[in-house]
Amino acid sequence: MPEPLIFDKSQPGQRAVEFPPSDVPNAGPVLPENLLRRKPPRLPEVAERSVVRHLTILSRENFSVDTNFYPLGSCTMKYNPRVNEQLSGLPEFTGLHPYQFDEDCQGTLAILWQLQEMLKEITGLPGVSLQPAAGAHGELTAMLMFAAWFRDRGERRTTILVPDSAHGTNPASAAIAGFKIVQVRSNEHGLIDLDDLRSKLDASVADMMLTCPNTLGLFETDVGEVAKLLHGVGAKLYIDGANLNAILGVTRPGDWGADALHINTHKTLSTPHGGGGPGAGPIAVAADLVPFLPVPRIERGETGVFHLVDTGHPKSIGRVRAFLGQTGVLLRAYCYLRRLGARGVRETAENAVLNARYLQSRCPKDFATPYAGDCMHEFVLSGTPLKKAFGVRTLDVAKRLIDRGIHPPTVYFPLIVDEAMMIEPTETERRRTLDWFADVLAEIVAEAKADADQLHDAPHTTSISRADEVRAARDLDLRYTWDEAK
Amino acid sequence: MAYLGNPPDTQKDMLAELGLTRHSELFRSIPESLRFKGDLNLPPAETEMDLVRHVRTLAKRNRPAGDTVSFLGGGVYDHFIPSAIDALTSRGEFLTCYTPYQAEASQGTLQILWEYQTMIAELTGMELANASLYDGASAVAEAAMMAAAVTRRRKVIVSQTLHPESLACLKTYLINTDLEPVTVPWKNGAADMETIAGLLDDETACVIAQTPNFFGVIEPMEKLSEMAHAIGALLVVSVDPISLGLLASPGEYEADIVVGEGQSLGLPMNMGGPSLGFLATRKKFARQIPGRLVGRTVDHHGKACFCLTLQTREQHIRREKATSNICTNEGLMTVRAMLYLSLVGAAGLKEVARLCAAKAHYLAEGLSQIKGFGVRYAAPFFKEFVLECDQDADRVLARVAKHGILGGVPMARFYPQMSNRLLVAVTEKRTRAELDAFIAAVSQ
Repeated sequence: MPEPLIFDKSQPGQRAVEFPPSDVPNAGPVLPENLLRRKPPRLPEVAERSVVRHLTILSRENFSVDTNFYPLGSCTMKYNPRVNEQLSGLPEFTGLHPYQFDEDCQGTLAILWQLQEMLKEITGLPGVSLQPAAGAHGELTAMLMFAAWFRDRGERRTTILVPDSAHGTNPASAAIAGFKIVQVRSNEHGLIDLDDLRSKLDASVADMMLTCPNTLGLFETDVGEVAKLLHGVGAKLYIDGANLNAILGVTRPGDWGADALHINTHKTLSTPHGGGGPGAGPIAVAADLVPFLPVPRIERGETGVFHLVDTGHPKSIGRVRAFLGQTGVLLRAYCYLRRLGARGVRETAENAVLNARYLQSRCPKDFATPYAGDCMHEFVLSGTPLKKAFGVRTLDVAKRLIDRGIHPPTVYFPLIVDEAMMIEPTETERRRTLDWFADVLAEIVAEAKADADQLHDAPHTTSISRADEVRAARDLDLRYTWDEAK
Repeated sequence: MAYLGNPPDTQKDMLAELGLTRHSELFRSIPESLRFKGDLNLPPAETEMDLVRHVRTLAKRNRPAGDTVSFLGGGVYDHFIPSAIDALTSRGEFLTCYTPYQAEASQGTLQILWEYQTMIAELTGMELANASLYDGASAVAEAAMMAAAVTRRRKVIVSQTLHPESLACLKTYLINTDLEPVTVPWKNGAADMETIAGLLDDETACVIAQTPNFFGVIEPMEKLSEMAHAIGALLVVSVDPISLGLLASPGEYEADIVVGEGQSLGLPMNMGGPSLGFLATRKKFARQIPGRLVGRTVDHHGKACFCLTLQTREQHIRREKATSNICTNEGLMTVRAMLYLSLVGAAGLKEVARLCAAKAHYLAEGLSQIKGFGVRYAAPFFKEFVLECDQDADRVLARVAKHGILGGVPMARFYPQMSNRLLVAVTEKRTRAELDAFIAAVSQ
């Protein structure tokens, strides 16, 4: 640990923030004694200076998009524009209370409404909800909407189809929505096996959740056929939009026959990842699903005034969170799309794919390419050859990349690739960074040949060496206990 | 060309190295019939300068509560936010990093999360806390599912004294599960203990209550806790974190799962989002907790460090059997909450809570002196109360609005029959002059 725990920096009686004394004349305590807390919480007693130093030093322990190349596949770690931070941080936006009258929120409502319209255009679908707080939340919202759609028709469907390459949130979201999961195989090209799909299609299937481009970075060329097959049994097609960055302005899920999808604003639309959020997972849906969208809806009246409406939508599934959604995050997404415009949106996809395709061509051939197709915005390599030849695993390569100041790619996902390494450079990286990354990989391969142990013990240059994750799970230590106080 | 890493000439070179001449060739694998022709119909690109002007103009169409004398509450509050929070959370190392899966590259975020977990556990009087959920309302739903997993029972008794949007969220989440939510209407603005007692049986996974409740009323939980435990059910309680600077911590009354909305802990109101759901519970339930957990461990040289732990609960490993589907949570918002609690400390939090309570009671007292106005429920309240008026609440709001005052949230927004009631919240930011002005404006 480079920096003491904040609890160990406490000094009794020290504090950073004080408040003015009460200016109201309450004689005596206003609350009965029996309702009061018996012991105060043990929070730090530190000056502001200590807090600032603490966070500043800790910040240096983080890799981030601002400081490091961060080719995490399926996460789209693109640059987070600062104008978005500045504008979403304006007090006119941050100072809004969710229960103010609509007429006092016209700026924010206008922006959110226009964002909805832009997302409709980008996805090719006529209905949008900005309510979900993350991609998985959007998945859940859509699965709940599908269930409601079927229930409304007097049908009860029990199964959702999910590819073997799917992100874990897909089956997890489907399960909460009350569905059983059936896996569909990928074929030897890394694409959905249509025969396997056909064999699993029956009247119990509510929908299939398909990522496209998929988690191998490949465009599902048969997605139109998949939609037809599903619709043929009265089922729906859901698109996990995590990889939307590859296809913006190039092709639209609505045009494939998709019935619903989610967008990760913290991936495709540049809102910052923040160390695990806050994100947002707006969904777009086909016309027949619109009645089931969550409330409140953001609607525009005839006179151009915007309203939040939660009545008059009796088939709505209700809400999946309080208030409106991740408003501050959505403002950033709006700013991003306004900067880009239509051409900028397409250039984003073009360069996301160009950078990935180029990087793939430069990566050392010591890593296997499990699937041969044209990669989109990301590609998957397999470290199996290195494991066989030198006993060096993808995990070791990932940890060694940290020594070189590069955040590792996504590893061990998708599950269908052994020793997987999923690399997504994004469109905001320079060619030289891509060349450098490929060179570093080649150097690591050379190290594997020369001295595998060096890699087994990597990283060496960070303030900590490899964390003992086994011990962390076995001897749960999830909080400070004051027994250890010095 | 916004934000592209490579200018057009470099792109051309790269294409050439791939044996291509045009960008469109990159998309060969996409069937022609699926390709979008032409440009999307989006507003034209704006330079940064134009964007700033355009968005600032739009911003002026907002009249934010933060710039007025606001008594709006109902889950989101106008509390003071110490300046160091914005300064530190705008650092790129926190803003632009990802989920800390690679521990060696994320010790900053991991240590802060572990410290946050400690503080939330301390605040709620519980043994441990997770690294966040989306918001207080969805946290209630997650807590219900967790209680069902722990007890292996299906019935969820929930008091209608919860925030209506928490109730709605719970209903939406549970509709396709085999959980059976039973909502118990309030009695005199509090949980109806008799009815709940009658419903409690060995099918009950949990009882869910809120304190202070949606009406602002503080509800002692000891009896509910006893009743639930006697039958082997869990007590789930949703709380206002600021109230815990003063009021009994859920640990003191043996709550099993504690959830709530953490916006009050240093997050701007932001029209309700991004938000911060917190969850704290007993150590023995660790394996059923939804969301991420940060654990302390050692590295291979024995040096103390942090990493994500018990990941086998989570979606990326357990998939459909995971404790939750949550992946991205509220990361940077937990940093804000950790900073708030560190900057104000226990002494500061108690001061804030005292100020809220004192000012709210002063206001309630003053408003009750006005003919035709009174606090609806006699029970003790913390920083919010329901004001009963002898006229339409909207008339009252219009009258006080002339003085730049947002008098409260009309209860009819949630319960249409309550057209003459306002939910009035008072934070430490309201001065006596503002309270007196409110009273004067109402009595006109």
